Amino acid sequence: MTTVTPPAPPGRDDPGSWILEQAVSPRRRFTNGLATAWMVGSLLFALVPVFVIAAYVVSRGAAVMSVGFLTKNLQEVTQFAGGGIAPAIVGTLVITGMAALMAVPLGILAAVYLNEYGRQSGMAKVIRFMSDVMTGVPSIVMGLFVAAVWVSSGLHRGYSGFAGSLALAALMLPIVIRSCEEMLKLVPDDLRQASDALGARRWRTVVSVVIPAALPGIVSGAMLAIARAAGETAPLLLTIGTANLIQANPFSGTNNTLSQVIWFNAQTPFAAAIDRAWGAALTLIVIVFVLTVAARLVSSRFASARN
Amino acid sequence: MAASGGKRIDRAFRAVAFAAGFAVLAILALIAYSTTKNAWPAFVHQGLSFLTSTHWDPNQDEFGAFDFIYGTLLTAFIALALAVPASIGIALFITEMAPKRVRTGTTYLVDLLAAIPSVVYGFWALEVLTTPAKRVYSGIADTLGKLPILGHFLGGPVSGTSFMTAGLILAVMVTPIITSLSREVLATVAQDDKNAALAMGATRWEMLRVAVFPRVRSGLIGASMLGLGRAMGETIAVALVIGSSHQVTSHIFFPGDSMAAVIAHNFGEATGLSRSALIGLGVVLFAITIVINVLARIIANRSTALAGTAR
Repeated sequence: MTTVTPPAPPGRDDPGSWILEQAVSPRRRFTNGLATAWMVGSLLFALVPVFVIAAYVVSRGAAVMSVGFLTKNLQEVTQFAGGGIAPAIVGTLVITGMAALMAVPLGILAAVYLNEYGRQSGMAKVIRFMSDVMTGVPSIVMGLFVAAVWVSSGLHRGYSGFAGSLALAALMLPIVIRSCEEMLKLVPDDLRQASDALGARRWRTVVSVVIPAALPGIVSGAMLAIARAAGETAPLLLTIGTANLIQANPFSGTNNTLSQVIWFNAQTPFAAAIDRAWGAALTLIVIVFVLTVAARLVSSRFASARN
Repeated sequence: MAASGGKRIDRAFRAVAFAAGFAVLAILALIAYSTTKNAWPAFVHQGLSFLTSTHWDPNQDEFGAFDFIYGTLLTAFIALALAVPASIGIALFITEMAPKRVRTGTTYLVDLLAAIPSVVYGFWALEVLTTPAKRVYSGIADTLGKLPILGHFLGGPVSGTSFMTAGLILAVMVTPIITSLSREVLATVAQDDKNAALAMGATRWEMLRVAVFPRVRSGLIGASMLGLGRAMGETIAVALVIGSSHQVTSHIFFPGDSMAAVIAHNFGEATGLSRSALIGLGVVLFAITIVINVLARIIANRSTALAGTAR
């Protein structure tokens, strides 16, 4: 279902302000002006930080950026300059990637249940509601959860990249479910009926018709969830430990991420560490923004294809 | 034969999909169970004063968490006081004022705010914001802070890393979520109602007052509460700029600490009872955010507004 925007009255872009061309008392004019100032001022409150922070991170990060910075291992002694952030880049990509491999298929399946089977049943309503609630669970609680069942008690597996992936997957899961369900909802019932009429079973219809039809939207939602997870710090502090060398085994042994490099270096008084943190921040922002923009492109292409 | 095989696959597929959906409930239950179980020794040791005592000293096995609960609430409320008017203002700008082209661009930019990682916000605030912020705080403390009642809230000595700085950065961080939810709520008001008000000669503001606000009040409250939940759970940015000081004070320019920040700073080295107590902080945080989120969703779903997205 697409929402239809009613056309503006003929000849006017802005029906909200024609009255101001008429005789309006100064008091009414003033309150209206105040409201306009509030809206525009609010916009500045949100947009100034984006530009200020982005510009600052780019200028400070670019100063330390080099091939060596991206490819070397971390400096053993924090206060000395030199070294790179390669282990953190690899860790960020591997840990986030593994989380996506767990959360995305599970999330799509859950969304399929909600939209194709459960629909308005009581169980589906409960699951839908609790997924919404789960998006509000703080990320650090997900970290404590994995620490409690996997890392330092429960199964006692110790720090590892995979433990971090478990926490990120728990964060991503509800986001993937809700965005995927929205996309499945957009698939017209005609397609399902056409498939049914050809004698296809429900699972075939879902796998060969419904999911392919919604795929660009599902991909875009999943990428936004991945982008959000890639920037996470709190759950990783409790689950992956830290590492100065590239960790080849994501399933055991300590690991590292860009977000952790920023966190640890930011809290030191050393100029070299602060520079390193800015370099890591720029790298992380680039990764997150590329994912976000790519998701936008996928979804806007989807939207234009639909129209 | 083929038909019954197909039926079996169908049933299996449905079962797998259901299991995936059920995983949400299972994970939430497991979070509650496992964290509470791990926190239990500290809860038993400290009793109800875990929530009410202000004495937190892991070396003495004292775990009164009230300082941190207070810090979490205070920073989140400062954040909301700033973010709610701003978010609603932006949402109104997007839905009521902006021409279509500006609308898309604005939405996109506000969403970019949500894409900046929390550790980057915190790091930027620590490095760049705290120094000028302290100057502004001093200015306020030296003028308004000298007044009788305001002095309790705005008085010095001020600190660059403080409840206020944490609240400020949280406000920027929760603005995108409150804005996008408010936008959905505002989009549900019928254009006919708005046109009717305008046709009667209302200015834009009067139209909003008579045709829009009465319809969206509960939806906006729901959106703000979801923002509140976010602000209370936000960890890393707060941990970097709140100042890590244990105190309950009405002074917003003083340093403090929040539950999530304490966990982030101390969990690495914690063992035994103090590890258990830190997980206990997580349990309290989980309980508060779950309650807020459930209430917010109920309020939001009840308003016709978000019913569209939550069905």
